[in-house]
Amino acid sequence: MRRVYLDHSATTPVDPEVAAIMMTYYTEKYGNPSSVHGFGREAKQALEQARNQVAELIGAASGEITFTSGGTEADNLAILGTAEALRKKGKHIITSCIEHHAVLETCEYLEKNGFDLTVIPVDEEGIISVDALRKAIRPDTILITIMHANNEVGSIQPISEIGKLAKEQGIVFHVDAVQSLGKIPVNVEELNVDLLTVSGHKIYGPKGVGALYVRKGLRIVPLVHGGGQEKKRRSGTENTPGIIGFGKACELAGQRMADDAEHQRKLRDKLINGILERIDFVKVNGPLGEKRLPNNVNVSIRYVEGESLLLSLDMLGIAASSGSACTSGSLDPSHVLLGMGLIHEIAHGSLRFSLGRQNTEEDIDYVLEQLPKIVERLRMMSPLYDQAIHSKQA
Amino acid sequence: MYTEKVMDHFTNPRNVGELENPDGVGEVGNAKCGDIMRIYLDIEGDIIKDVKFKTFGCGAAVATSSMVTEMVKGKTIEEAMEISNAAVAEALGGLPPAKMHCSNLAADALHEAIKNYHDKQHKKE
Repeated sequence: MRRVYLDHSATTPVDPEVAAIMMTYYTEKYGNPSSVHGFGREAKQALEQARNQVAELIGAASGEITFTSGGTEADNLAILGTAEALRKKGKHIITSCIEHHAVLETCEYLEKNGFDLTVIPVDEEGIISVDALRKAIRPDTILITIMHANNEVGSIQPISEIGKLAKEQGIVFHVDAVQSLGKIPVNVEELNVDLLTVSGHKIYGPKGVGALYVRKGLRIVPLVHGGGQEKKRRSGTENTPGIIGFGKACELAGQRMADDAEHQRKLRDKLINGILERIDFVKVNGPLGEKRLPNNVNVSIRYVEGESLLLSLDMLGIAASSGSACTSGSLDPSHVLLGMGLIHEIAHGSLRFSLGRQNTEEDIDYVLEQLPKIVERLRMMSPLYDQAIHSKQA
Repeated sequence: MYTEKVMDHFTNPRNVGELENPDGVGEVGNAKCGDIMRIYLDIEGDIIKDVKFKTFGCGAAVATSSMVTEMVKGKTIEEAMEISNAAVAEALGGLPPAKMHCSNLAADALHEAIKNYHDKQHKKE
């Protein structure tokens, strides 16, 4: 059976070049970077090279990179670490309603523990209004945390403008760039950010490794205490194979970004247009064109439910994801789609395809051949579709 | 996540469709929750002669609908009333815990259809 992986926003395969270099640091150069001897020194040297590679991709200095166990930990460190460092200065935090759970849940945790939280809305394309954000700022606002690009609908946020505003007001600005890294340029100077989260496994690197960029001079309080690694920001023996793999993945991402983006943008538009041509009652979620990540396709297919679509696609070897309640693990569908104003019924029928480096035109043709048949089969079963057809005829 | 039996009923659902002049129709769920099940019954004497369903929902919603139609065909109304949601799930070899509440409503839809049949009978009398 043909297998088509279209869930790269969930995770990516590790690039063989990345995997090869990692293996060396498991079996041969396994020293602890904190050790004085030669084994330790060669690991330390490779660790610092990886730090340079990550820094270079985001336009930072290597001393501004702290490695973590992934994007979630980096988000937690940025938000909790800033709140703790500035709790005497103020207690107000601003975020948006479409953030990843790693940010939202962390902010809500702070809210339960004495901080004030403002969650600003987005427009129907899933884009934050800078004006709404400006109005939410208070004299005691200490932190703004907004994602660079949304993981579900691919909407790219006006980060540079928000950063400028935060800078003017003297507010610390954190950005989760897990989804944008390697897909569109991410430069900490151009974006005016103080803290930036990145992750390895979304850019053909390994799982279990990420990093937080911390602007030079900014103080954050660590979450993990111990041996004082990572300039005391994150104790614990470094995951050297993972970090070195992440560094390599960043180097490759920098080299390939322009080609990857062009290739995926073409496939993205072919898939979106193909679905719209072949299936009726379909809505594209998120913006079209330049404000959308090159690799994101998100559509709501009315009168069918997302998990049924995923199961049917999976049986044909196609991997995608959905914002339906059944796949979100709660009774409500995706908070991102609801935040954009979609009604529950339409959010339940959402389908996300996230493209990757290895996808081909043939992959897209295969989806466009199979998906209409799946939708037709499920709609034949759906009592909602009958009603829609009848009211259309009436 | 799903048993083979669930996947079988999801892939090849039994008794999908509608009945032209059903003796009873029952519907449960709503689109907001992501599940709607509708069941149609043909009843002769007190025997369920034919049954069809239409469902909007996840894999478990489709499979439980299909399963309940298979379980109830040829049964008496009284026997049909005894079928519980739990029995439908059991007949499918079990459902994931999260699905037991939200998508396991097929027996409720069946009971609604029988109730609708009784209501119609009363009106005739």
